[in-house]
Amino acid sequence: MNLTLYVWRQKNADDKGRMEKYPAKNISSHMSFLEMLDVVNEDLIEQGVEPIAFDHDCREGICGMCSLVVNGRPHGPEKATTICQLHMRHFSDGDVIYIEPWRAKAFPVIKDLVVDRSAIDRIMAAGGFVSINTGGVPDANAIPISKTDADTAMDAAACIGCGACVAACKNASGMLFVAAKVSQFAHLPQGKVEASQRVRAMIDQMDIEGFGNCTNFQECEAACPKEISIKFIAKMNREYLKSSMAPTKG
Amino acid sequence: MDTMQVSTMCHHRPVTAYKTSIGMKLLMGITGFIFIGFVTGHMIGNLQVFLGAEKLNAYAHTLQSLGALLWVIRLSLLTFFAVHIFFAIKLYFQNRASRPVKYVKEVNVESTFSSRIMIWSGLAMFSFVVYHLMHFTLIITNPEYAVLKENLDVYSMMIVGFSNYWISAVYMVAMIFLALHVNHAVFSVFQTFGLTNAKWIPLLRRIGNIYALIILAGYLSMPVGVLLNIITLH
Repeated sequence: MNLTLYVWRQKNADDKGRMEKYPAKNISSHMSFLEMLDVVNEDLIEQGVEPIAFDHDCREGICGMCSLVVNGRPHGPEKATTICQLHMRHFSDGDVIYIEPWRAKAFPVIKDLVVDRSAIDRIMAAGGFVSINTGGVPDANAIPISKTDADTAMDAAACIGCGACVAACKNASGMLFVAAKVSQFAHLPQGKVEASQRVRAMIDQMDIEGFGNCTNFQECEAACPKEISIKFIAKMNREYLKSSMAPTKG
Repeated sequence: MDTMQVSTMCHHRPVTAYKTSIGMKLLMGITGFIFIGFVTGHMIGNLQVFLGAEKLNAYAHTLQSLGALLWVIRLSLLTFFAVHIFFAIKLYFQNRASRPVKYVKEVNVESTFSSRIMIWSGLAMFSFVVYHLMHFTLIITNPEYAVLKENLDVYSMMIVGFSNYWISAVYMVAMIFLALHVNHAVFSVFQTFGLTNAKWIPLLRRIGNIYALIILAGYLSMPVGVLLNIITLH
């Protein structure tokens, strides 16, 4: 199939950036979206044009590196699919496709479609961990955890930290990401000990980074390739309320 | 990592709650919840217009006889109103600043129309409340109501007011904005306070829709009742 692409090109963080039009010729419907971009880039290199820079790593939908907004939707139109796992069969010949980077003050563009997501790492560094070494895997019956808690923690832990929630949010809020991390720990005994300090520390860091505020649009949930539910945002709000009502510790 | 401030759990001095994003949202939620209550009570009280002049005017007398308490309620409501608006505007500008470069292609997937226009329906409500107070409470826009107001003849004031097409139109448009605002507010309050789960999120959205329709129908029934001569002066 043949497609027309409008791609965001930006030399560096200081460049203003603009949309450029490129044809994508002879694209196989079996290709992934990123493979389609690889083909376009080979064409561009042959023409002596700087290839389009985009983030990617595993191309298996598990690493959280790929980050393209396709036709206004982070990771494209398919539900529960990262852009690397989106196949060209979901498009038809002659389609016009807009490709843009994650748009957020907290995610400044480095080049073209590549953004700096270290804000997410700093939120993790603020509280997304358990302070003591919990050792190896304990015996299954050593620390009883209810099935519900184990499942809920696992659902939250499915977050790959790609930042699509931020890209999808009308306010560029990072709440779904932070909520997933806060909930993942708060549901397990090892994480519960520091739950109160953690939620405060991570939210404070989230605010410092310049993410927007949650207005309950629910766009994040729709864009999340791991289908993290906004019920975790409610969970984080509960954790935060509990923490701010508790006597201050440390 | 080295250029940015990182607040870790161990050396963390918590930021005062109301200065954080969730703290501000909680303030929006609690004041908003009070207004959902107020809007409901105000509607039920005024719907007594359908029971006749005596009932509605007796209700007005009861409210007036609260004396000092009435002023406590009024001043509290004004304070909550100010807090709600102050943080709404602050959050609006913060949110705008969080995305300095807009998308070329912008789409809406899950977000509802009412959720996207909260700031505008809110500002419409603010303008309406200013007009509403000047109209019926302070008697600035229609000084001819002064005699009715002195006798606490709320019934006649409402009918005289809504007999004017322009005034009725303003009230009806304002109530559409109110319903849109309430539509998103109901779900939002519960979500912000963490009182939701996977099962209740879609349910609360539906409850919000129904609640907004009840508010809309209740408030619209008054000007419509007057315009259709269902409620008359005599």
